[in-house]
Amino acid sequence: MGNSLIDQSFKNAKKENRPALLTYTVAGDNSIKKSFEILKSISEYADICELGFPHNTPIADGGQIQTSAYRAIKNGIKINDVFSIVKKFKIIKKNKAIILMGYYNMIYQYNENKFIKKCKQSKVDGLIVVDLPYPENKNFALKCKKYKINFIQLLSPTTSKKRQKKIIKDSHDMIYYISMLSTTGGELKVSPRKIMREYQKIKKQNKSKNVVIGFGITEKTISLLKKADGLVVGSAICKEINNSIKRGQNAVTNVTNVVRKLKNKIK
Amino acid sequence: MKLKKNIPLIDQHDKHGFWGKKFGGSFIPETLKKPVEDLTREFKKLRKNKKFIKKRDYYFKNYIGSPTSFIKLEQLTNELGGAQIWAKVVSEANGGAHKIYNATVHALICKSMGKKYIVGDTGAGYAGKMLSMAAKKFGLKCKIFMGAKDIKRQKPNCDAMRRNGAEIVPVYSGSQTLVDAVSECMRYWVSNCDNTHMCVGSTVGPNIFVKICGWSTAQISRELKLQLKKEFKKIPNKIKLINCVGGGSSAYGFWSEFIDFNKKQIELIGVEAGGPKNSKLHAAPLSRNAKIGILHGAASYVCQNNEGQIKKTESISAGLDYPGVSPIHCYLKDTKRARYTYATDESALEAYKIVTRLEKINPSLEPSHAFAEAIRIAPRLSKDTIIIVNSCGDAKKDRDILKERLEKN
Repeated sequence: MGNSLIDQSFKNAKKENRPALLTYTVAGDNSIKKSFEILKSISEYADICELGFPHNTPIADGGQIQTSAYRAIKNGIKINDVFSIVKKFKIIKKNKAIILMGYYNMIYQYNENKFIKKCKQSKVDGLIVVDLPYPENKNFALKCKKYKINFIQLLSPTTSKKRQKKIIKDSHDMIYYISMLSTTGGELKVSPRKIMREYQKIKKQNKSKNVVIGFGITEKTISLLKKADGLVVGSAICKEINNSIKRGQNAVTNVTNVVRKLKNKIK
Repeated sequence: MKLKKNIPLIDQHDKHGFWGKKFGGSFIPETLKKPVEDLTREFKKLRKNKKFIKKRDYYFKNYIGSPTSFIKLEQLTNELGGAQIWAKVVSEANGGAHKIYNATVHALICKSMGKKYIVGDTGAGYAGKMLSMAAKKFGLKCKIFMGAKDIKRQKPNCDAMRRNGAEIVPVYSGSQTLVDAVSECMRYWVSNCDNTHMCVGSTVGPNIFVKICGWSTAQISRELKLQLKKEFKKIPNKIKLINCVGGGSSAYGFWSEFIDFNKKQIELIGVEAGGPKNSKLHAAPLSRNAKIGILHGAASYVCQNNEGQIKKTESISAGLDYPGVSPIHCYLKDTKRARYTYATDESALEAYKIVTRLEKINPSLEPSHAFAEAIRIAPRLSKDTIIIVNSCGDAKKDRDILKERLEKN
């Protein structure tokens, strides 16, 4: 697709000689208003913001993101609220890329076409659908492309070389490499060197694609992976929201501090 | 949408894994693509392998105890005064329920793939108990994921799992029942798929798990077909096969050989869990017209809200307490080959009381739902109608619930 806000975000980071920082938070955690404030505040440091639309049967998420998702649902978040958050965010931060992330049933119930149109209207830049793998996602990805929305393909350590090739060929501006066999938020059980080796193999196939690494990235590990185009931090952020709520502290301030520190580690 | 003849229903899906173009599929995270493909290839190979079939049949006979008996319930038939009521007493199988077929086959596949660890989900505890038995038998390390609520209400089965050396992992998320156990088991597999085999406890989940489970439980109807011919000289003209449906593994196994028959000759009736009387919660996506949704890697009718959040379910029977259902049952519903209805907690309990008062069998709360439907329809049917209920589980595991509920009433 090129020229997309997502692509531009990677270019900007590259100019500063650093990877792009991608954050993941759950829309509506712990309220619609609070999650908007968190998003606004962390976007000062994040290059691309992933926003989860929570599902109550998330088969690929670990404890931290599950907790955030259940809390958001309990507090009444609806899909249309997620779109409202994005819309409101884009009015004040029109150059910050937003990626929605979630499970397919939510899109299916909303209706695929309606969902994509709504994404377009709210200025969503990209979509990650955890349980809609390649090639089942071909049709949906094409529809996204038609509306200039990046459909983000995932690759995993289990993805065979042959499959990798096909997926990369059909991918848009960004590819998400899952660092290890794990749900989100697991401890990094593969050495960063090995992850970077796999990353390079993917990168070699098509240099123009922005490849990000996610899963298991924390303040401790992020600097070891900074040769990548981009790095995603999710559970570590959700954990901070969780802890702040538990301690009765200001989640916006605490989470922003975490994201600022993450950014400093990769500068 | 039309059923094909002479092809097992488990094989009537398209290349994307969908039955009737809309049920099933494999909605899985990228990490699971390869293990699922590996398993698919292995199963395709094994089911054509004569040695493997011989091994399966050997264990079905000598370990599980096939065939289970097919008996007439004389007293119940007399009491109701209509159709003849028969039972296929699948609860005689080793371990006390049909879940042993799927567990044994998965353990054999796990061995054949050279994996040493096996994990599974369980609701009523039977799938877990059987997997722990099979794991022990074949020397595999076993972990069972089970909702915290179910661990409490199905204690006898938990004790059995622990005796077999399996680790029970309690699941505290969501409603703490089967739906959460399946999710957690899948998450575990995502993290450990390199050395661990996953067994899904019913004909649900990504396409390949539906197929393996259905292929395993189909033994029930193969036996029944022979038993019918022996008992009646031929397949009788008016049969009704009644089975409870949670995920739908015992029902598919009970019906698979009879799907090609005309439905006027052999009617298939599935009974879901209606939950407590007057409760809005139920676990009956087929009979109470839930919408299609994606749950645990497959598209099926699912109890959910408008947004696609999976609804909580409620049933006295842990084994039926599941918001989704097998894609093959969705297909059987839409092609109108099977009819689905539900029984409430109360009518299942009542049926349990009647059956155990009159007969020597002890059906668990799951098949008691099927008996409730049999008891409801039998009186107005002719004497040459043969109702057969799959008594697919033994009530030993329900000891505590039965004690509490029957003493109260």
